[in-house]
Amino acid sequence: MDTALNELKEIVIDALGSSVLDSQLANDELSIVINRDDVPRVLKYLRDDVNCQFKLLLDICGVDYPEREERFDVVYNLLSLVHNRRIRVKTRTAGDPVPSATEIFSTAGWFERECWDMYGVPFLGNPDLRRILTDYGFEGHPLRKDFPLSGFVEIRYDDEKKRVVYEPTKLTQDFRSFDFLSPWDGQEPLLPGDEKAEGEGA
Amino acid sequence: MSQNQIKNMTLNFGPQHPAAHGVLRMVLEMDGEIIDRADPHIGLLHRGTEKLIENKTYQQSTPYFDRLDYVAPQNQEHAFVLAAEKLLGVEVPERAQYIRVLYCEIGRILNHILNVASYAMDVGAMTPMLWSFEDREHLMEFCERVCGARMHMNYFRIGGVARDLPDGLTDDILAWTEKFPQMITDMETLLTENRIFKQRTVDVAVVSAEQAYDWGFTGPNLRASGIAWDLRKSQPYDAYAKMDFDVPVGKNGDCYDRYLCRMMEMRESLKIIRQSILEMPEGPIKSTDRRVCPPSREEMKTSMEGLIHHFKLMTEGVNVPAGETYTAVEAPKGEFAVYLVSDGTNKPYRCKIRAPGFAHLQAMDMMCEGHMLADAVAVIGSIDVVFGEIDR
Repeated sequence: MDTALNELKEIVIDALGSSVLDSQLANDELSIVINRDDVPRVLKYLRDDVNCQFKLLLDICGVDYPEREERFDVVYNLLSLVHNRRIRVKTRTAGDPVPSATEIFSTAGWFERECWDMYGVPFLGNPDLRRILTDYGFEGHPLRKDFPLSGFVEIRYDDEKKRVVYEPTKLTQDFRSFDFLSPWDGQEPLLPGDEKAEGEGA
Repeated sequence: MSQNQIKNMTLNFGPQHPAAHGVLRMVLEMDGEIIDRADPHIGLLHRGTEKLIENKTYQQSTPYFDRLDYVAPQNQEHAFVLAAEKLLGVEVPERAQYIRVLYCEIGRILNHILNVASYAMDVGAMTPMLWSFEDREHLMEFCERVCGARMHMNYFRIGGVARDLPDGLTDDILAWTEKFPQMITDMETLLTENRIFKQRTVDVAVVSAEQAYDWGFTGPNLRASGIAWDLRKSQPYDAYAKMDFDVPVGKNGDCYDRYLCRMMEMRESLKIIRQSILEMPEGPIKSTDRRVCPPSREEMKTSMEGLIHHFKLMTEGVNVPAGETYTAVEAPKGEFAVYLVSDGTNKPYRCKIRAPGFAHLQAMDMMCEGHMLADAVAVIGSIDVVFGEIDR
């Protein structure tokens, strides 16, 4: 498996030249990072080239890394039935439009809509870039890391107005996030209440 | 101007339509009774699963996968645990692999009988629905006996399965596989050569192989278009490499072939179920790697190390090494995959769920164009959509 993927990696890098910024082979999976503007060219090459034949575009999704300058990854997962292989194509954006892949794979349409809906990454050339999973009139992009888990609005049926109303989220108890990452060695040396013993009044 | 200008009519199909298989709202632009354009509006069942998983530990995430495609929950769990195992590099004991294969195939039959039966009802046949629910009941009973829940099993664990099969269960499953083929035959007698059923499905929504590639089809819908592709054969996971079964492939890619593929697949699944039970080895059902799997209840109660391991795993969870993977399984509806990104902590950094139905439903516009309104119902039934997984 690894040797075949290594060969494929070299073929792809040779053919695409400077479009490929980085490539990685981990967990028996090949992924390449490409220039944002070259997305259609690379996907077309991967679909049509005889050594690649990645005819199925299975998934497009975003990943958010808020600490990075170009914070969003857009990830394309492709599958070649002929060679029985997968490849992952990634590109980065700070929120600038990514060229759409709808011309090459019709199936890209909804996946790009979802990525726009969830992360706010626009796709240039997508004929129908509406929101897809969130509510009509929803604001914000919920899968961004800075979007709170509880959201901003909640809805209920108002019996007086005889319709569904939107209101700011009211939690009867604050959302609590327990960090169990390391119950043994990462704990703060101070226990709750210690400040009373060491503070001024002690 | 004697002739009146005829305007296209816009018709709302759903969201509360029995043939919409859930909460699909479809805006249809009609030219008379011919569909000009179909625009499915989805997301009415959106629960933010991916966001929730980012805030849960790995073990706490598996129940969410039951609630995606709630018709065949086992297969979704399987994709997630395989992805996590790949990042962790855990070896799964052989017995656990066989149990997982067994339950995945039970899930496949659960899915296919529901789909075929409800599809038959969509196009006018009531009886299969009534008959098939009896067998679904038997299958859900098998699920209940192994984990306590009829549908949302939460049975697969990272590194194995939750508990071993109870005594006598395999015998009962084997006895059931003896009599289930009769049920398939009965359904076939009712439907396969039925004139009305064929009028409603043959040559409706024909999808060519090229179109199937273009629209990202997978699973039975892809195979009905004449492409022999099954992840269980081509990229086998768990014990599938040892299983002996055939992959039925269609010819024309119409609604009728999609139905035939599913019927055939049920018989193949039965073969796998029988083989996995007969060849199931003895042994542990969970990895013994204590970084990943908690010890048995008994060990937890009697040994100090066991208690510590249990406590660590139940509070902190598993710390998965940083990395990413795209792991796919052949779910009953097509390729169900999880794109898992880990940053080395106990919670997934990103868990994208690739639902097969999402891509299939997108092709509604292409498949419905030029067909009658009544055919839209047949098309929705034949591509097998469940909104739990599409809306996530």
